[in-house]
Amino acid sequence: MPYQLLRFAFASKHPEPRMFRTPERLKNAYDAVIIGAGGHGLASAYYLARDHGMTNVAVLERGYIGGGNTGRNTTIIRSNYLTPEGVAFYDQSVRLWQDLAQDFDLNLFYATRGHFTLAHTDSAVRTMRWRAEVNKHFGVDSELVGPDEVRKAAPQIDITCGGHAPILGALYHAPGAIARHDAVAWGYGRGADQRGVEIHQQTEVLGINVEGGKVTGVRTTKGDIATPRVLSAVAGFTPRVTDMVGLRTPIYIHPLQAMVTEPMKPWLDPILVSGSLHVYVSQSARGELVMGASLDPYELHATRSTLDFVEGLAAHMLDMFPFLSNARVNRQWAGMADMTPDFAPIMGTTPVEGFYLDAGWGTWGFKATPVCGKTMSWTVANGRDHELIKGFNLSRFERYELTGEKGAASVGH
Amino acid sequence: MKILTCPVNGPRPVSEFAYGGEVRPMPDGATCTDREWADYVFNRSGVPGIKIEWWYHIASGTWFYAERDTVADRVIRTWLPA
Ligand SMILES: Cc1cc2nc3c(=O)[nH]c(=O)nc-3n(C[C@H](O)[C@H](O)[C@H](O)COP(=O)(O)OP(=O)(O)OC[C@H]3O[C@@H](n4cnc5c(N)ncnc54)[C@H](O)[C@@H]3O)c2cc1C
Repeated sequence: MPYQLLRFAFASKHPEPRMFRTPERLKNAYDAVIIGAGGHGLASAYYLARDHGMTNVAVLERGYIGGGNTGRNTTIIRSNYLTPEGVAFYDQSVRLWQDLAQDFDLNLFYATRGHFTLAHTDSAVRTMRWRAEVNKHFGVDSELVGPDEVRKAAPQIDITCGGHAPILGALYHAPGAIARHDAVAWGYGRGADQRGVEIHQQTEVLGINVEGGKVTGVRTTKGDIATPRVLSAVAGFTPRVTDMVGLRTPIYIHPLQAMVTEPMKPWLDPILVSGSLHVYVSQSARGELVMGASLDPYELHATRSTLDFVEGLAAHMLDMFPFLSNARVNRQWAGMADMTPDFAPIMGTTPVEGFYLDAGWGTWGFKATPVCGKTMSWTVANGRDHELIKGFNLSRFERYELTGEKGAASVGH
Repeated sequence: MKILTCPVNGPRPVSEFAYGGEVRPMPDGATCTDREWADYVFNRSGVPGIKIEWWYHIASGTWFYAERDTVADRVIRTWLPA
């Protein structure tokens, strides 16, 4: 038994310091309130305190830290998107990731694995080539490769996919990575907490007070708070919160499911994604295959799982890796994805003064956690949109200026 | 929801259907403002609740209405448009 554990067994008090304090009660007023203690809310709190000196901040969470989509996602990190706005934004995020562990003094299990988006048809190959060119233009490491490179990176693959969907090529993105999602939330949470931010779990926001078009406070299950600034970072709950301030948005909620197998010896190094087969897969540091598919087909505000999902995904996994026929599925779960019509997020200022939105992150927002924290904290501190997120403001819809990331985000995560 | 009742074909597995979104009134494109039109095109009532939606039975090409609870995923009734 490791010595650490023995020490726990004999200590009368918990020998390790807790990750966060548990504040007794809410204060009457804060300079800013952040709704949602997922990665995005906690990262925003962290950078508000660290970079903008705002520490009289409360993060309110209806459940527990990281219990939303942050703790449910399949942790794929990449920046090979399609539009100039998207590529610049995600590239900044991938850079921030690289020294986050040092920043937090916490192991995030950040592992650069390389990311292949498989093309099974000529038209898919064409899209991959287009994406590779856009990426290269912006200095993102991305290239079109042939089936041989795919086979070299994942020797167990059936390159014909059971004969009905042969792999013709792939978009290869060397910086593609995975990380430990809980650690990301905890790292940001602890860093914010150490700088004086209060994190209140089991505290649900029930309403937001707006007077003369300006935010003045929030009502919670633990009492009322006065505050001039509210940041909503609540993913699948966004429509409920925007309703509290009377804002209409294009966001709609569909579940996204995922599952893992039992742990096995390491055999799959890269991250593989196939749009045609609706599969993406990577092997975690624990040895489990972490797998997902596309969005559930209709609106639902629940995190129920379905057998159809497991059956469909398992069948497609077997097309790619027939030798897995004896592998067992250990767990499955779902999260509520906040989708937008152009598959790009909605971020920044809103028509309600003091109400800021970080939403519409759907199925692909984990990778953006650091850069969302950076840009949203800047936006909240300065009262205007950060340069990098100007293209993502809610007002783009009434101007018909959509961002058009669908081609790169629909199954890719 | 695993089974949905098509008003023409009766109860069928949900995999036979496609979801068409919430039923929403369309403003008159000739008289409404650009802003009203954008609101109609893009914005949705994303909050949970009991909603009337369009559903399509793929095998028989039938569009119909369903009243559904979007939290419990329970269909209350289905009927053909008048
Ligand atoms: C199955 C699945 C797989 C995914 N895979 C990937 C992937 O591979 N790569 C990737 O980049 N992204 C992925 N995503 C998307 C990613 O998980 C999300 O975009 C991201 O985690 C959103 O983080 P967040 O902090 O904004 O939201 P969340 O982590 O959902 O946090 C929001 C929090 O707000 C709280 N909250 C809500 N309402 C209230 C209220 N009224 N009062 C107080 N608190 C409230 C919730 O309890 C929740 O904890 C995936 C998502 C799912 C569901």
